[in-house]
Amino acid sequence: MHELSLHILDLVQNSLEAGANDIFLEIIEDRPKDELMLRVTDNGKGMHETLLGTVRDPFVSTRKTRKVGLGLPLIDMTARQAGGSLDIESKPGKGTVVKATYCLNHIDCPPLGKIGAALKALLVGNPGVNIRYYHQVDSQTFSLSTQEIRGILHGIPLTHPDVLLWLDGHIRENLARLYGGVK
Amino acid sequence: MKTLEDLKRLREKLQDETRLRHSSGTQIIIGMGTCGIAAGAREVMTAILDEIAKRNLQDVEVRQTGCIGMCEKEVLVDVVRPGEPRITYGKVKPAVVSKIIAEHVVNGRIVEELVVGKITRDR
Repeated sequence: MHELSLHILDLVQNSLEAGANDIFLEIIEDRPKDELMLRVTDNGKGMHETLLGTVRDPFVSTRKTRKVGLGLPLIDMTARQAGGSLDIESKPGKGTVVKATYCLNHIDCPPLGKIGAALKALLVGNPGVNIRYYHQVDSQTFSLSTQEIRGILHGIPLTHPDVLLWLDGHIRENLARLYGGVK
Repeated sequence: MKTLEDLKRLREKLQDETRLRHSSGTQIIIGMGTCGIAAGAREVMTAILDEIAKRNLQDVEVRQTGCIGMCEKEVLVDVVRPGEPRITYGKVKPAVVSKIIAEHVVNGRIVEELVVGKITRDR
């Protein structure tokens, strides 16, 4: 994974596989503090302490299709290489919070990458799931939720071509604004 | 800016213009486990969504799924047309997405050279 936004996609897939239907995704970039934080909070089934203690091990996985799990070990590695860390809090029945921090100016800090494309994929590709997104760059913020968008759409699917075009523009323009692009 | 107000206006326009078709559509399912993401699933997903918008396809449902165990054949994309076998395409690249959409999703002709699996019974 050479982009943080790909790690984010991966974390959300973990949440989905844990049965979550409400996922809160936060990205906070604080340039004066030289810190970038990713946090995924879900209402999935959570993990026991024994599993929690082993999730950084690539030879541990809950899936049955193959014996290795690379998602969390890779995020753990990129975060530590970039002067940050990976923290996971989880309780059975209470969901999971995965938080990764990075030093923004560290030479090994991966770029955030195409977060807009990742966000669009998540929103459109998970019809039964509420995804909340909060992105802050210094003092600028952008947030959205699928619940709000679906509330406006009254049953028109997010895959409707005109809605896709709106979503594309909405995400693109707001991300540009976050980084000081569009007024 | 594309605001939520714009979305409200768009919804009113769409409700006036179209009777919405329900659940009769084609499903496209993209593998987005760690293996799929690493192989480029996000780019394939983006290409699929762009193609749907460009061709104005109104009854296609897109979903993401996890690892199904054929990691070496990622990116995996399933196409399920109503009443037809579920077709799994492997090693999908953004460049072949328009072909899969045009041939299979729109015209019902399976793109045989990209197929890695076929399930006849409905899941």
